[in-house]
Amino acid sequence: MSNLVTNVGHAHGHDHGHDDHHHDSGEMTVFGFWLYLMTDCILFASIFAVYAVLVNNVAGGPSGHDIFELPYVLGETALLLFSSITYGFAMLALYKGKKSQVLGWLGMTFLFGAGFIGMEINEFHVLISEGFGPNRSGFLSGFFTLVGTHGLHVTSGLIWMAIMMYQVQKNGLTATNKTRLSCLSLFWHFLDVVWICVFTVVYLMGTL
Amino acid sequence: MFGKLSWEAIPFHEPIVMVTLAIIALGGLGLFAGITYFKKWTYLWTEWLTSVDHKKIGVMYIIVAMVMLLRGFADAIMMRTQQAMATVGSPGYLPPEHYDQIFTAHGVIMIIFMAMPFFTGLMNLAVPLQIGARDVAYPFLNSLSFWLLVSGVVLINVSLGVGEFAKTGWVAYPPLSGLQYSPGVGVDYYIWALQLSGLGTTLTGVNFLATVLKMRTPGMKLMDMPIFTWTCTWANVLIVASFPILTATLALLTLDRYMDFHIFTNELGGNPMMYVNLFWAWGHPEVYILILPAFGIFSEVISTFTGKKLFGHHSMIYASGAISVLGFMVWLHHFFTMGSGASVNAFFGLATMLISIPTGVKLFNWLFTIYQGRLRFTSQVLWTLGFMVTFAIGGMTGVLLAIPGADFVLHNSLFVIAHFHNVIIGGAVFGYIAGFAFYFPKAFGFKLHEGWGKAAFGFWITGFFVAFMPLYALGFMGMTRRLNTTTNPEWVPYLYVAMFGAVLIACGIACQLIQLYVSVRDRKKPENMCEHGDPWNAHTLEWSTSSPPPFYNFAVLPKAEVIDPFTEAKENGTAYQAPAKYEPIHMPNNTATGVVMGALLTVFGFAMIWHIWWLAIASLVGTVAYFVIHAARDDQGYMVPVDVIERIEAEQHKRLVAAGKIPATATRVETSLEQA
Amino acid sequence: MSKNRYPRLLGLLPLLGTLLLGGCNMTLLDPKGQVGLDERNLIITATLLMLLVVVPVIVMTFLFAWKYRASNTQATYTPKWSHSTKIEVAVWTIPVLIIIALGYVTYKSTHALDPYRPLDSDVKPITIEVVSMDWKWLFIYPEQGIATVNKIVFPAHTPINFKVTSDTVMNSFFIPGLGGQIYAMAGMQTKLHLIANQNTELEGISANYSGAGFSGMKFKATATTQEEFDAWVNEVKKAPKQLEKAEYEALSKPSQNNPVELYSSVTPNLFQTIIDKYEGMNPGKPMHHEKHEKEVAHNMEGMDMSSHSAAGAEE
Repeated sequence: MSNLVTNVGHAHGHDHGHDDHHHDSGEMTVFGFWLYLMTDCILFASIFAVYAVLVNNVAGGPSGHDIFELPYVLGETALLLFSSITYGFAMLALYKGKKSQVLGWLGMTFLFGAGFIGMEINEFHVLISEGFGPNRSGFLSGFFTLVGTHGLHVTSGLIWMAIMMYQVQKNGLTATNKTRLSCLSLFWHFLDVVWICVFTVVYLMGTL
Repeated sequence: MFGKLSWEAIPFHEPIVMVTLAIIALGGLGLFAGITYFKKWTYLWTEWLTSVDHKKIGVMYIIVAMVMLLRGFADAIMMRTQQAMATVGSPGYLPPEHYDQIFTAHGVIMIIFMAMPFFTGLMNLAVPLQIGARDVAYPFLNSLSFWLLVSGVVLINVSLGVGEFAKTGWVAYPPLSGLQYSPGVGVDYYIWALQLSGLGTTLTGVNFLATVLKMRTPGMKLMDMPIFTWTCTWANVLIVASFPILTATLALLTLDRYMDFHIFTNELGGNPMMYVNLFWAWGHPEVYILILPAFGIFSEVISTFTGKKLFGHHSMIYASGAISVLGFMVWLHHFFTMGSGASVNAFFGLATMLISIPTGVKLFNWLFTIYQGRLRFTSQVLWTLGFMVTFAIGGMTGVLLAIPGADFVLHNSLFVIAHFHNVIIGGAVFGYIAGFAFYFPKAFGFKLHEGWGKAAFGFWITGFFVAFMPLYALGFMGMTRRLNTTTNPEWVPYLYVAMFGAVLIACGIACQLIQLYVSVRDRKKPENMCEHGDPWNAHTLEWSTSSPPPFYNFAVLPKAEVIDPFTEAKENGTAYQAPAKYEPIHMPNNTATGVVMGALLTVFGFAMIWHIWWLAIASLVGTVAYFVIHAARDDQGYMVPVDVIERIEAEQHKRLVAAGKIPATATRVETSLEQA
Repeated sequence: MSKNRYPRLLGLLPLLGTLLLGGCNMTLLDPKGQVGLDERNLIITATLLMLLVVVPVIVMTFLFAWKYRASNTQATYTPKWSHSTKIEVAVWTIPVLIIIALGYVTYKSTHALDPYRPLDSDVKPITIEVVSMDWKWLFIYPEQGIATVNKIVFPAHTPINFKVTSDTVMNSFFIPGLGGQIYAMAGMQTKLHLIANQNTELEGISANYSGAGFSGMKFKATATTQEEFDAWVNEVKKAPKQLEKAEYEALSKPSQNNPVELYSSVTPNLFQTIIDKYEGMNPGKPMHHEKHEKEVAHNMEGMDMSSHSAAGAEE
C-alpha cells in the first residue's frame, strides 16, 4: 500500500546503499504487512482466550464432544494445508517469472480455500439447523466466533486472491503485484497457522 | 426500508438538546457559508482534505481534537452543574437519562476523540521531521487513519441529534451494555464510533512503527532518536499490541447485540466478567498511550528552554519502555473489587506500583535537566512545571489506589475520578497544550501570543485544583461516581466549589480561543514571525527546516549521528548547509480515497446502528470496491523537479540570512551526505 | 516571574482546606467498623510513605525552576552535562526502596483485608444474603427466615458474613462507613465480611453504575445491641408481607427509589435459586448422547435439578 514504489531509473545519481526506502518500497510494504499481521495475531489471541473461558459454559446444551466430527475437520484441514502448499508453488513460480504457472497455482489455492469455506459453512448450517447455533450457549457462541472469525479472514483472503489473479492476468508480474502477492502469501500462511491452533484447541481438545 | 430509524429518533421534546443542535447547525452553516464566500472549497479539498502530507494530517488531527475538547468540556460543565444543583429536594436541570448519556459521552470524547487525536496530530507533525524523513512509511494509510477518526467523530456527534448515546459509562460493561438492558441505539453508536476510529489508530501504530524503524535519516541510531519520537514509538508499540483487543471486544459485544450470541450475557453461559478483563487489558495500555507522548513533549520543552541536553536520554528511553511493558501487566487494578482473591489482587497491585519507579526516574531526570540550566519561563515551560507538580500528586493517588485494601473503599468513588483527571489533565492535556504551543510556530510560521497563553495556564491549573481537590475529599466522604442526584447535604459545598473550578477551566479555554484569534490577527508582526524555522533555538532536526517546512521536508537528508543533532550542527557551524546541487525528490500524490472510504464507513456505521441492512451492505461493499480500485490504480507518486526545490530552498536561504542565522556570504557547500 | 507561582499556590489552598476542614466528616477517615479502620490506616500509612518522595519532588521543582531561571546569570550553567551515574543510581534506588516498603504493606494487607476472609472473632457471625436488583437491594436473613428491601439491621461487635449476588446487571455492595465493597454479579456469589465497632446508622449504596435508577439505589445499615437486633427480627416476623414467588416477581420489575420493605417470611433457598437462574455461568454437565437427540432438558443426569423446581426460577 505504499506509494513510494520508485521508477528507479531517474531518481538517483549517487550511491544509494542506505536509501532503501526508495528501492525497496516493496520491502517496506511487506514489513508493514508483518506489523499488521501481528495485530491480527493479538486479535485472534483475544478470541482464543474468550473461547477458553467459555468452553465449559454449555448451559445444558451440547459440548464440543457432542458436536465435533474429527474426520470432517481433518478433511477441512487437509484442504487448507494443501492450499498453503499450492500457494507456496505459486510464489516459486512468481520468483521464476512464470505468469501462467502463478495463475494456475493461485487458482488451485483458491479452489482448496473455497472448499474449506464450503465445508465450514456446511458445518455451521448443520449445527444451526439442529438448534446448536451460537445463541444456544456461551460455549457455542465462543465456538462460532473463533471459527467464524478465522473463516471470515480466509474468505477475505479468497476475495483478495481473486482480485490478484485478475490483476496478474491483466498487468502481468509487475513489482506491485509481486509485493501484493508476497503480502497475501504471509496472510494465507498465517491463517494456516491460526487454523492449526483452532484445530488443536477447539476440535482436538474438545473431543479428547 | 430505514430499519429502526424514524422521526422519533430526533429528540424534539428535549430543549437542551434541540438548542445545542440549533447552535451546531448555525455554526456549521456559518462555516459553510464562509468557505463558500471566500471560494476556498477547491483549496480545502486539494490542499488539505485529500492530502497525504503528514504535516497537514497532523494539523487536521489537532483541529478535530480541539473541537472535541469543546464538546467534551461542555459535557463536563453540565455534569458539574447538575451535581451541584441536584441534591435533597431538587432534581437539578438535567433529566436523568440525559445525564447518564452525558457522562458516558464525556469519557468517550475526552479519551478517544480529544486526547488520542491530539497526540496523534503532534506525532504526525513532528516525528517524521525529527528523524529526518520525508514522510511516513505509508502516506495513504495515514490519510485513511485520519478519516476513520473523523468517521467516529461524526457518529458520536450525530448521536446527539438522531437517537441517543450509550447510558453505560465510557467502559460499557455488560450486561448493562447488552441488548436486554440497553435495547436502544446508544450502545451501538458507542460500538461503531469506537470500532471505526480504533481501526484508524491501529493503522497509525503500524505506520509510525514502520516509519521509525525504517526511515530514519542515515546515521541516526535508534538510541539517538529524539525523546518525543521515542515516547511516541513506545506508545505505538502499545497501540499495535492493545487495540486489537479492543477491536475483538467490541466485535464480541456486537455479536451479542446483533446476533443473539451469549458471550457477555447473564444467561445461557455468557460471562460478563470476561468483558471487564478484556476491556481493561486494552484500557490500561490506552492510558499509557495517552501519557507517554506527553512525557516526550515535556522532555523536549525542558531541554529546549533550559538550553541543556536532556538529562539521562538513554535512561528516559528505558524508563518509557519499562512503563510500556509494565502497563500490560496491571489491568486488573481496575476491578480489585470484583473478587479475584488476595493472591491475584496482590500481584496486580504490586505490578502497578512498580510503574511508579520508572515514572519517578523521569521526573527526576526532568528536574536534573533544569538543574544548572537557564530556564526561560515561556508558556510551554509553565505547562511543564505545572505538570510536574500536578502529576506528582496524581501519581501518588494512583499508587494509593493500587493497594487493594485501599481500593476496596475507594473504587468507583470520586477519589478515582479525581485521580485519573489529575493524571490525564495534569499529564496528558497539559502536555498536549504545551506541545501545541511548542510546535504551532513550526506548522504555521508564527508564534502564539504568550500573554494569553500564560493566562490560559493560570486559569487551567487553578481551575484544575479547585475542580478536583474537592472530588478527592468527596471520595473520602463516601460519594460514588455517576450519580445524577445526591442526598447528602454535606457534599453540596464541595460540589459547588468543584463547579466553580470547572468555570475557571472554561475561562482557561476561552483564553486559548482568544489566543488563537489574536495570534492569527497579529501573525505578520515581526516579533511573531519565525518562518526561518527555529524560534526556540532548539536541538532537533525539525527545527532545521523552515516554518512551515517545505512539503518534501528535507531537500537533502540531514546528517544526524548524535543526540540533539541540530544543536551539534549549529555549534559546529555546519547547520543550514546547502548542497552543490539538488536531486529530484519522489513524493506521493494526494488522494481522495481516504475521504471516500471514511465517508462510506460512516454511512456503514450509521446503517448498522439503525439496522438499515441494505445500506450497511451497500456501503461496506462500496468501501472495499473503492479501495480495490484505488489499489489497482497503483499510484506511484511523482518526482519534484530540481528547479522547484531550488526555488524553495533559495527562499529559505533568504529568510535565514534575514534572521541572522547564516551570514549573507554563505555559499553552497558540497556535503558528503546521501542525496536523494 | 511570580505568575507561575501565584496560580499554583491558589490551587493548593482548596486542597489543604478541604483536607483540614473536612477531616472530621469524612466517612472513610472515620469508619465505624474494624475492616474500615484497617483500610483507613492503610491509606494513611501509604500516603505518608509516598509523601516522602512527592514532597521533595514538588519542592525541588519550585526550587530548581526558581534558582536556574534564565535571568539568574549567577547560577552555574552546564549545557552539556546530561549524565551522572550517582544521580541515576539515586533516582532508581530511592523509589525502589519506597516501593519495597509499600509492596510489603500491600502484600500483607491484601491478604488480611481479603473480603472473602472470615473475620477473626469469637462471636458467632450472622449471615445476610444480598441481591442487587433494578434498582434496590434485597436482603435475606437465611438463619432468621426474614427478608427486607433497602434496610439491614445487625448487632454491633458481631461479624457479618455477606453473600452477594445480582438478579440483574453488575452492581457493587458498599457500606462506606464499615469497610470495603464487593461486586454483585448474576449467576455468581461473592462474599464480604464486615463488623461494626459501635451502634450506629450508616448509609449503604451501589458503587457500580447499573442504569436509570442507580442514583437512588441506597439502603440503611444499622448496627444495634444484640437485644435491639432480636427485637427488630421479631418485629419483621410480624410484617404482613411475605416474599414468595408472586411477590418476588413483582419486586423484580424495574423500580426506583424503593421504600423499605419488610417480609416476615421468604421462600427457602431463594438466594441459591436466584444464582441458579443463570446456570449457564456455572457449567452444567454436558449432554452425553448423540447430538441428534433433542431431549436436552430431560437427559441431564447428575445435575442439581432443584433450581428448576424452585418457585420463580425460570430461565
